[in-house]
Amino acid sequence: MKEENVIEVNQLTKTFGDFTAVNTISFEVKKGEIFGFLGANGAGKTTAMKMLIGISKPSSGEATVAGFDVYSQPESIKKNIGYMSQKFALYDDLTVKENITFFGGIYGLSRKKIKEKREQLISELGLENISNKLVGSLPLGWKQKLSFSVSLLHDPKIVFLDEPTGGVDPITRRQFWEMIYKAADQGTTIFVTTHYMDEAEYCDRVSIMVEGKIEALDTPKKLKEQFKVDSMNDVFLKLARIPSPTLPKGKRENTDCN
Amino acid sequence: MGISLSNISKSYKKVKAVQDISFDVNPGELFGLIGPDGAGKTTIFRILTTLLIPDEGTATVAGFDVVKDYKVIRKAVGYMPGRFSLYQDLTVEENLTFFATIFGTTIEENYDLIEDIYVQIKPFKDRRAGKLSGGMKQKLALSCALIHKPKVLFLDEPTTGVDPVSRKEFWEMLKRLQKKGITILVSTPYMDEAALCDRIALIQSGEILEIDTPKAIVSQFPKTIYNVGADNMYKLIQSLQQYEHVYSVFPFGEFVHYTDKRDSFEMADLQSYLEKEGLTAIHIESTKANIEDAFMELAR
Repeated sequence: MKEENVIEVNQLTKTFGDFTAVNTISFEVKKGEIFGFLGANGAGKTTAMKMLIGISKPSSGEATVAGFDVYSQPESIKKNIGYMSQKFALYDDLTVKENITFFGGIYGLSRKKIKEKREQLISELGLENISNKLVGSLPLGWKQKLSFSVSLLHDPKIVFLDEPTGGVDPITRRQFWEMIYKAADQGTTIFVTTHYMDEAEYCDRVSIMVEGKIEALDTPKKLKEQFKVDSMNDVFLKLARIPSPTLPKGKRENTDCN
Repeated sequence: MGISLSNISKSYKKVKAVQDISFDVNPGELFGLIGPDGAGKTTIFRILTTLLIPDEGTATVAGFDVVKDYKVIRKAVGYMPGRFSLYQDLTVEENLTFFATIFGTTIEENYDLIEDIYVQIKPFKDRRAGKLSGGMKQKLALSCALIHKPKVLFLDEPTTGVDPVSRKEFWEMLKRLQKKGITILVSTPYMDEAALCDRIALIQSGEILEIDTPKAIVSQFPKTIYNVGADNMYKLIQSLQQYEHVYSVFPFGEFVHYTDKRDSFEMADLQSYLEKEGLTAIHIESTKANIEDAFMELAR
């Protein structure tokens, strides 16, 4: 059932001058899969994701997203994906209804379709009483749930989520994951970039990037077995460069200069 | 030299940021304020660092009143706000010198206190603060907050947005500072960091849910938790929520944490119910509560 690949990446590379931000990465993501894309600050996650969503041209390698080529069909990619970030969510100065209408318009949905989606979404989230309230006045958890639903308005094949539940209270956070499971169950592919390791635990499979390369890719369970640890946090600590970026080649130099 | 709050409340227009908050931090303690965004953590920090006057209640820091003795407190505490607030256009070294000068001291005078932190960013001392990575900014901010040898250290979400490696190093630094006799109040939305504090206050919507050691909070969890797994997570959650004996269902990574209403829970009952629902690869076993379980139970 989950055989179809929605993302295919082969030897994808991005360099900035002498610096290789993303170094020949290869992986596939299947339809309806929840795929975690992890890495430390500066490991190359954002650069890789920018290539996948069609806003940055790779230096070399191949990638198709939702069946479209990242070099020649970036506009088709953008129409077939959803995106939600912890930072950019919705317009605080528009109401719940206005935000849905606005984003529906941006995604090119018809008025009729927007109306239909708006009603469906408001009733599914139980927002009937506050649909005319400004989004800025809602608690963070509700904003996040609304924002996720808005990213699904145009029935995208893939949704990219950037640290979706950071800072959200534990109960809301789980309601949020239930929404993600539901979307995945209905066949939407979920691509989560995060460095919250507990978010990684929820994914079907996770990849871990270290210095531009994918150093591990498997189910959380298998990764924990492989590294003989109990949590994704410990898997990450074993894989990520130690000493950390702030203790560069420098550890010895540091001792010298003191 | 600790911290004491009694019946502190603060509102912004109609929004009650914190309501009737009381707790004490003992001298030399590493105390954590654990709660989501919007819980009121930053308001508490701003009141204790004398940047905000409470509507009601009193608070003391290192024995001084936060309203009356604000000048003394400002000299005696170090504060690392949640938002990076050093000068982006000054270099690492210039920032540190600036903060030392403001407090009438020098880098050399208190170097022993910051040495093991500063040494990690020293190779970049001529780099502008704005050009540092997240982990390095955090270390510089901590160095600046420590340069005048404060008695009490306030750290508002120091590890938010920082990767696990830097987070781990940061907590190791805090433990070392604590050994030097500094009282530390730290806030975090990461529940897993709670276990690293001596005592914690769980806080949500401006109110404290519980104050105790992380161990005690977890051990007081009133129910047995079961890890339940199956082939289809979405269907599993739906089925468990409809089970007649369900008390709570929360996804927890690859499993669901399930608690039952009954005193005598029958694993086989649940197993056969889930099988009837069409689930396969069913896995049920008891597990220990963690801080998040406790938080959710208290917030119910």
